[in-house]
Amino acid sequence: MSIQPDSFSADSGSGHCRHCAHHHELQIQGLAVRYQQVLALEGVTLGTSCGNTLALIGPNGAGKSTLLKAIAGLVPRSAGSILWRGARVSQWHREFAYLPQREDVDWSFPVTVRGLVEMGRYSQLGWWRRWRPLDDEKVTEALKRMHLEDLEHRQISELSGGQQQRTFIARALSQEAHVLLLDEPFNGLDRPARENLSSLLRQLAEQGRLVIASHHDLATVPALFDEVLILNRAPVAFGSVAEVFTPALLARAFGESEPELEEKVPAVVSTAANVSREKENALVPAGL
Amino acid sequence: MEDILSYPFFQRALLGALIIGFTNGCFSAYVVLRRSALVAGSLSHALLPGIAAGILVSGALTAWSAFLGAMIAALLVVLGSLAVARSSRLDQGTALAVIFTIAFAVGLILLKYVPVQVKLEDYLFGDILNISSSDLWVTFGISVFTLVLTTALQRPILLTLFEPSVAAAQGVPVRVLNYLIMTLLVLVMVSSLQAVGCILALGLVVAPGATVFLLTNSTRAMFWGGGVLGAAGAVGGMVLAHYGEFRPGATITVLLGAAFLLAFFFGPRSGFLRRAGSQ
Repeated sequence: MSIQPDSFSADSGSGHCRHCAHHHELQIQGLAVRYQQVLALEGVTLGTSCGNTLALIGPNGAGKSTLLKAIAGLVPRSAGSILWRGARVSQWHREFAYLPQREDVDWSFPVTVRGLVEMGRYSQLGWWRRWRPLDDEKVTEALKRMHLEDLEHRQISELSGGQQQRTFIARALSQEAHVLLLDEPFNGLDRPARENLSSLLRQLAEQGRLVIASHHDLATVPALFDEVLILNRAPVAFGSVAEVFTPALLARAFGESEPELEEKVPAVVSTAANVSREKENALVPAGL
Repeated sequence: MEDILSYPFFQRALLGALIIGFTNGCFSAYVVLRRSALVAGSLSHALLPGIAAGILVSGALTAWSAFLGAMIAALLVVLGSLAVARSSRLDQGTALAVIFTIAFAVGLILLKYVPVQVKLEDYLFGDILNISSSDLWVTFGISVFTLVLTTALQRPILLTLFEPSVAAAQGVPVRVLNYLIMTLLVLVMVSSLQAVGCILALGLVVAPGATVFLLTNSTRAMFWGGGVLGAAGAVGGMVLAHYGEFRPGATITVLLGAAFLLAFFFGPRSGFLRRAGSQ
């Protein structure tokens, strides 16, 4: 595994980034991705930084997953650049954790919750370095934070959808990842699990991580995220939820008239006050 | 029991069965997790033309000429199918099916020119009682090489087996590891030729892993458990074959099959009966 610049621990102290010296930025410039001949994504330019939660929204086939995969380095770029802390993301792969869509995971794989979270340490340890007591501590800590201690010996298919998501997030924590890329994390979760996950993601951002998730449930965007990228192969709009999450801009991406959208998205009565009230509601810990 | 153990040939055969069963059993975990059982099946057919060609080129049937021929043929088939799959719209399974049947057919035609028909049958069905000291060394060497390499690389291999694309993004050379696993698969199958022959080699390199897969939730347990099961099946099969006067290769395979059926019906996690009962 390639030698990387020393990375700081994302767990050192809470609430940094917003309050501390370092302020790591993700800069995407003119990104395009092609699958064979088909253009999946073009002209994506955005800049965000740790401490934020960013939603990627758009109709089916808009390129949300593709953008996540491109940031994670899972699909090659055909144009543009993605920089993290001023250097190419491939130099920082240890700081990125990609959480696949549920249906992309081989749930029958013989690995327990703890075993999966242990895999997160591999990118810290490389191929041969000995497993240390510290690694066990990190794994245990990640399991605790995701409330999985009692489930650590379960095989990963013997979990509920919410528990499965938390297991993958725990792996990202044990990896000490700084950027979490989640592909439709709320898919298939029931209401309590959704609320639980959303407050977890918010905590992670508050502790200085950057959380980027594709998301298709427009109604919950203002409650869950700080920033939005509205996407339809090319970016339609990017900015804070208050600025960008408007009926007019959404209609441009989804190709529906504004009244129809308002029906789907009651939250799009977008005054800034409204948005922040929704956020406070979402912050109430939902029965962790 | 004591009297047969005093014969050097039987000691060698038992030791050979133990090594082969253990190594193939360990490796079968990767075959099962990589879903490569069909590839292994195709390989077992590609071994025959390789052995025939090895004999033709070297002019004699020795362990070395057979091993080398089988290995080269199997590697050509596997790497050829990967190359075809990568550079055309065909998937690897289809490419393999086409290439290995052609290879097998070529082997059948070559048999006409091979002077030692009878002994070749030993390679089809195995002849472990005649394993020589030099065969044993070859087997031992392959075993050590395979176990050391797979143990040393267990972290990247595990990441690759579970999530290839994520592993690649984390800097694991997934393609190289895939070629390596395929090469090791050829090696361990060639090493089991002497014990069970090329037709039954498939059983040794799939059945133990498949059985333990039904019983465990740990990749490590699958690896070592497959090894222990493979070794037990191989040694047990040898002893049973001696007393029942059966073919050793077939007896080993039947024993491993029985273990699989037990796990399938009575396994605590995925047992068929348990599942049927809970419905």
